[in-house]
Amino acid sequence: MSQKLVDSLKSEFGDKIVIINNACGDESVSVPGDSLPAVLKYLKESESCEQLTDIIGVDYPEKTERFEVNYLLRSIANKSRINVKVAVEEGMDIPTVSDIYKSANWAEREVFDLYGVKFRNHPDLRRILCHHEFEGHALRKDYPIEQGQFLSAPEKLIDDIEYHGGAFRADEVKGEENPFDLLNVNIGPSHPATHGALRIEVQLDGETIVKAKSEIGYLHRCFEKEAEDHTWSLVMPYTDRLNYVSAMLNNCIYASSVEKLLGVEVPQRAQVIRVIVSELSRIIDHLVCICANLVDIGALTNYWYFYNIREGIYYDIIEPLCGSRLTTNYARIGGLSHDLFDGFEDAVEKHLQKMEVAIKEVTGLIARNRIFLDRTVDVGVLTTNEALSHGFTGPCLRATGLDYDVRKHAPYSGYEDYKFDIPIGENGDTRDRIMVRMEEMYQSASIIRQGIKKLTPGPITLDNPSISLPPKESVYGSIEGVMNQFKLISEGIKVPAGEAYGYGEGANGELGFYCVSDGTGQPHRLKVRPPCFPIFSAFDEIIEGLMIADAIAILGSINIIAGELDR
Amino acid sequence: MAVALDNPSNFMTTRLRQAINWGRKYSLWPLPFGTACCAIEFMSTVSSYNDISRFGAEAVCFSPRQSDLLLVAGTISYKQVPILKTIYAQMCEPKWVISMGACASTGGFYNNYSTLQGIDKIIPVDYYVAGCPPTPENLLSALVSLQDRVQNEGLIPSEERHQQIIR
Repeated sequence: MSQKLVDSLKSEFGDKIVIINNACGDESVSVPGDSLPAVLKYLKESESCEQLTDIIGVDYPEKTERFEVNYLLRSIANKSRINVKVAVEEGMDIPTVSDIYKSANWAEREVFDLYGVKFRNHPDLRRILCHHEFEGHALRKDYPIEQGQFLSAPEKLIDDIEYHGGAFRADEVKGEENPFDLLNVNIGPSHPATHGALRIEVQLDGETIVKAKSEIGYLHRCFEKEAEDHTWSLVMPYTDRLNYVSAMLNNCIYASSVEKLLGVEVPQRAQVIRVIVSELSRIIDHLVCICANLVDIGALTNYWYFYNIREGIYYDIIEPLCGSRLTTNYARIGGLSHDLFDGFEDAVEKHLQKMEVAIKEVTGLIARNRIFLDRTVDVGVLTTNEALSHGFTGPCLRATGLDYDVRKHAPYSGYEDYKFDIPIGENGDTRDRIMVRMEEMYQSASIIRQGIKKLTPGPITLDNPSISLPPKESVYGSIEGVMNQFKLISEGIKVPAGEAYGYGEGANGELGFYCVSDGTGQPHRLKVRPPCFPIFSAFDEIIEGLMIADAIAILGSINIIAGELDR
Repeated sequence: MAVALDNPSNFMTTRLRQAINWGRKYSLWPLPFGTACCAIEFMSTVSSYNDISRFGAEAVCFSPRQSDLLLVAGTISYKQVPILKTIYAQMCEPKWVISMGACASTGGFYNNYSTLQGIDKIIPVDYYVAGCPPTPENLLSALVSLQDRVQNEGLIPSEERHQQIIR
C-alpha cells in the first residue's frame, strides 16, 4: 500500500521527489524544503494521510546539508505509511507544517531545541525539553554529553504584558466585554495532581480557564543522547525508564524495532512470552492510570482496590520473572533474558481472576455514580479529526470512536493469531477514556490466556552468534564462546547500516523507535516516538473554557507519564 | 523517663527534648517531590500492601509549609533545580531530607547534560536510599533509620546541616 503513495507523489510532483530505497519496508522520499508544505498538504488531502506521527531530526556532521528532518506520515484508512525527508544546511530554515498537522507544533519545537533547525512561520518556536537558558543544541554530535548547564529561574509562560504582576483587571485590556478580574495560577511542576513533573500556567476568569500554557522537560533525562553513547543492547535498561509503569512493553517494542533493522525474527516461544508480558504490563499501566485518575476526582477507595492487584502482579509474577519490580530489563535483541519460572501459568491465572473481580467492584462503584458522571461525562471532549490531527493514538484516540490499534492494524510479535476486540468510546470525553481502559484490561486478560495456551517448549533466543550472547556453558567451556561474548559485550551488536521505524501498541498509544544505524555497534540516532508527547500537546487546547477541576480530571485520563513525555 | 511508683497514673518525668522528639518521629509528614519511577514506588509504599501509616508517616502533604520530611523521589534535572531549592527553603524547621533512589542520590546512570549529579549539590540530605528504584521495603527501612536520627536530635535543629548547601 505504501508503494502507491510514493507513485502518486511522483506523478504529482515529478522531479522534486527523490525516491529512497529502504530495505526495511518503510517507503521514503526526499523533497526540497520549500515544497514540503505542498507535499504534506497533498498527502493529507488527496491520499488521506490523517496523521503526522512524528518529526525526527538526524545529524550528519560530515555532510554539507548537515541535518535531515524526517516526517513520518500515516494513513489509517489505507493502512499505509510514508517517510518524507528534508535535508537542511546549518543556519538555514524550513517552512513549518504546524498549520497542516497540529502535532507538528511541538514536534518542530523539539527538533529546534535539540538540533537548532529553525522552522519558518512557526507560531511559538521556543525550547521544549531543555530549559530556556540552555546554550547550544544538545543532540548535535559535537555537543558533549556531560556538559550540564544550571538554570537560575523558571521560565515565565504567560508574559508580562498579559500578566501584570499576578492579577489585573481584564476590562482595561479587553474592553467592557469581560468585567471580571483575570488571575494567573501556576500548577506544578511539584503538584499532587500532575502525576509527574509538568507545569501548566493558567489564566482564570473566576474558576474558568481562559488561557492555558504548559511546559514540559522537567524530566528530560536525555534518553536519545545516552543511546548514542551506548551499544544497541545497553540501551535496553534505559527503555525501562521511559514509561516506567509498563517497562516490559518498552523493552519488547525496542527489541522488535532493532530486530526489524537486523531483519530477523525471534523464536516462537519468545514471541508468545513477549505478548504475555506486554499484556500484563498493559494491565498494570491501565490499573495505575485509572486508580490515580479516580483519586484525583475524589474516589479514593478505588485506589486501594486497584493498587493491590498491581502489587500482587509485581510481587508474584514480575519480580520472580526478572528480579526487579519496576525496571524489568527483560527483553533482549533477538529474544529474552530468562525463560518463565515454574508455576508462571498458575500465578498469572490467579491474578487475572483477582483483577477481574477488582474491575467489577470498581465499575460497580463508579459506573452509575452521580459525582463521577458529573465530573467526567462531556468533559474534555475531543472529536476524532482533532485527535488525529494532534497525533493521538491508543486509548485516547479509541475513546473518540476510531478503532485504530497497532496490534490489529500492523500486527507484530504474532498478534494476528490472537482473538480480541478493540473497545471504542462514543464521545471522546473523560468517562470514555476511563471506560475504554477498563474494557481493554478484559481484552488483555483474554490475550494472556490465549498466549498461555500457545506456549510450547523451545528456545527463547535466536541461535545467531552475532546477535545473541552464547550460553554460559559455552562461555566458560570454549574459546569461541569467550571470544563471542567479549566481542558482543565490548563492541555491541553490529546492526547493518540503514533506517527503520519499529512501532507497537504501548499502553498509552503507539510507541515507536526510529533507529538509524551506521553499521557500528552503537546507534547513530535512536528517536523514541512516545505516545504521551502528542497527546499532551493538545492539553492546552482541551482545557481552555473548562474549570481547573475539570483540567485535573482530564489530565489524569490522558495518562501522562513524565518519563516518556520528556525522555 | 521516670515514673512515680506510688501513683503511677498521675505523672511521669522525662526530658523535654525526648518527649518532643518522640512526638516528631512518629508523625513525620512527608512531601513527596516525586518526578520519576521512584514516585511510583513511593505510591506502592503508601498503598495498603506496604502501608507507610504503620510508621506514622501517612499524612502525605504536598504543601512544603506543613511538611517536615522532603522525600526527593526521582531524577532531578537542571530544569528542576530552582524549584527543588524553593521547596526546600519553604519548609519550616525542623526538616529532614531523604534522597530516594540512585538518580536523586548521584544522578544514577544518567550522566548527561540535563541531569543533576545528586541533590546533595543543592540541598543537604539526611538519608540516601539505594536502588533503581528502591523497593518499598528499602524506603521503609530508611524511614525507620531517620526516626532514630530524629529521636537523637537537639530541640533546635542544627545549623550545620544548612551550611552544607553548595549552590
